[in-house]
Amino acid sequence: MNRYLSRSTAVLAGALIAGAAVAAELTGAGATFPYPIYAKWAEAYKAKSGHSLNYQSIGSGGGIRQIQNKTVDFGASDLPLTVEELQKSGLIQFPTVIGGAVPVVNLPGVKPGELKLTGALIGDIYLGKVKKWDDPAVADLNPGVKLPAQDITVVHRSDGSGTTFIWSNYLSKISPEWKQRVGEGSAVNWPAGVGGKGNEGVASYVQRISGSIGYVEYAYALQNKLTYPQVKNRDGKFVAPNIESFRAAAAGAQWDKAPGMYLILTDQAGANSWPITGATFILMHKAQERPERGLEVLKFFGWAYAEGDKMATDLDYVPLPDAVVKTIQSAWKNQVKDTTGKPVWQ
Amino acid sequence: MASSLSDASLRRQYRIDFLFRHAARFFAALVLLLLLGILLSLVAGSLPAMRAFGPGFLVSAEWDPVKERFGALVPVIGTLATSAIALLIGIPVSFGIALFLTELSPVWMRRPLGTAIELLAAIPSIIYGMWGLFVFAPVFAGSIQPSLTATLGAVPYFGVLFRGAPMGIGVLTAGIVLAIMVIPFIASVMRDVFDIVPAVLKESAYALGSTTWEVVWNVVLPYTKVGVVGGVMLGLGRALGETMAVTFVIGNAHRLSASLIEPGNSISAALANEFTEAVGDLYSSALIELGLVLFLITFVVLALSKLLLMRLARFEGRQA
Repeated sequence: MNRYLSRSTAVLAGALIAGAAVAAELTGAGATFPYPIYAKWAEAYKAKSGHSLNYQSIGSGGGIRQIQNKTVDFGASDLPLTVEELQKSGLIQFPTVIGGAVPVVNLPGVKPGELKLTGALIGDIYLGKVKKWDDPAVADLNPGVKLPAQDITVVHRSDGSGTTFIWSNYLSKISPEWKQRVGEGSAVNWPAGVGGKGNEGVASYVQRISGSIGYVEYAYALQNKLTYPQVKNRDGKFVAPNIESFRAAAAGAQWDKAPGMYLILTDQAGANSWPITGATFILMHKAQERPERGLEVLKFFGWAYAEGDKMATDLDYVPLPDAVVKTIQSAWKNQVKDTTGKPVWQ
Repeated sequence: MASSLSDASLRRQYRIDFLFRHAARFFAALVLLLLLGILLSLVAGSLPAMRAFGPGFLVSAEWDPVKERFGALVPVIGTLATSAIALLIGIPVSFGIALFLTELSPVWMRRPLGTAIELLAAIPSIIYGMWGLFVFAPVFAGSIQPSLTATLGAVPYFGVLFRGAPMGIGVLTAGIVLAIMVIPFIASVMRDVFDIVPAVLKESAYALGSTTWEVVWNVVLPYTKVGVVGGVMLGLGRALGETMAVTFVIGNAHRLSASLIEPGNSISAALANEFTEAVGDLYSSALIELGLVLFLITFVVLALSKLLLMRLARFEGRQA
């Protein structure tokens, strides 16, 4: 009995000590859009350095709330916080990857990239003003395409989302009526249509309802093999969504001039720019109560900027250019400090 | 002789009895306290929205997160409409199932059929939602909805309930999926109470020359009305609160429309979709107030069922 007791105590003590020696897990939560690339980076980083990262894709609003409550090491959001909001919560934000929201349609017989739409027309469709596919507004832009005399079913998001923010921000920039009636936000008062939950919900509704139009992140359009139209950009050219057009939209972005890195990449100038592009952001506290964890998070993202570009493009995201990475890392040095004022990132 | 009545064992038994009585009292009080706690936290959470919108919240159909104007009318009507459709379809079908299982089916069939019905209740609700979206909605949109719109939609006043584009998702689809979810609950309760009707009563009726229908309608149902109403309330409770199955097929549109075929929204679907991302105190508070409204609806429905039972009980023992 005594021997059994002492042996089991020894085993238990050994297990506890061994458990404590394993590196603590970093935690992050937020946007669903970058979840695939964050998960891939976390896996590769763990194989290389042994530090594990746990990311929960609960949505941008949830991510913002969690980092404000300090329950996670970093938050992720598709919608950037304004300078006032950042100052109120003592946060710093920086972008990681760039992607685009893509309209998708379900019109039998129409191939991807065949249909042409303008931002104003998309706004009218989403406002419920253009109700049928063979309306002159659509037909005039698409002379060679066979458009059915079918009702347009609008599909939008039923939950709050950064994709909705980028979409409504773009429509607010293009259509004054949209800006006045609906506005922009991660959840808006949609004048028409049905709501699907998540990018997956919208994709599945568009796949099932003939004559529907919706919007999803580019990766979902590719993976579900949905039909996307070309959209007219600010320079008047019709562009198709792909990595080159997202990169062209991001090329003109001046991150170093944007206070708090608050930059929304919709409707950017450039002959090849995709008009509905956006970056996704990471939020961290400026005053780190546990600087070793803050350093680990920054090391993870530093590694991702340096080594993770190919993984991002494999998953249809656009990585940030090197100049922007330098701006971000100097912001880390200047702004992320521990409680004594010493910078965390060297 | 009376060793079990020795002083020591008596004292022990008194002690055990004391503990048992107070433990039971404690658990009952705990349930009441929990209920009160939930109610109080719902009220506390919805105070900002109650102050901002007042009683107009219940009749406003607006839901604008950007301008921060919220109203509960669309989700409340969606919840009530889907539950009403679920009961309208579910009660007759469950009644038929229970009747078949107790009176009409061969004895060897009763056990397996009863188990099969109860298995339906064990299926998780999200599976019903996925089945509804991936299997039922396309079939509904392809064949059933156009014919409904063509036939019932053409009727003068009543037809407005069935006019609209055949999307397959909407209030009617959600109601039908809810009906399928609710049938096992109502049917198994009905079957259990039908079973305990004393054979003497039924045999006397048969001996006087009644048909099976007359026995069921005039003898079995009046005897079991408390249990039947209880079963219906159980089903209604599930229908009112059902979240995942409804949010897949109801279309999540915050718009009021007269047609059942159009998409709508229900309280639990709105809460499930919007709660995690709700930015701003007023938005979250409006959602909590929606939850409070659902709590009150359930309470009112329960109270009405008790009143109904009291009414029916008053007629017992009267001359026919």
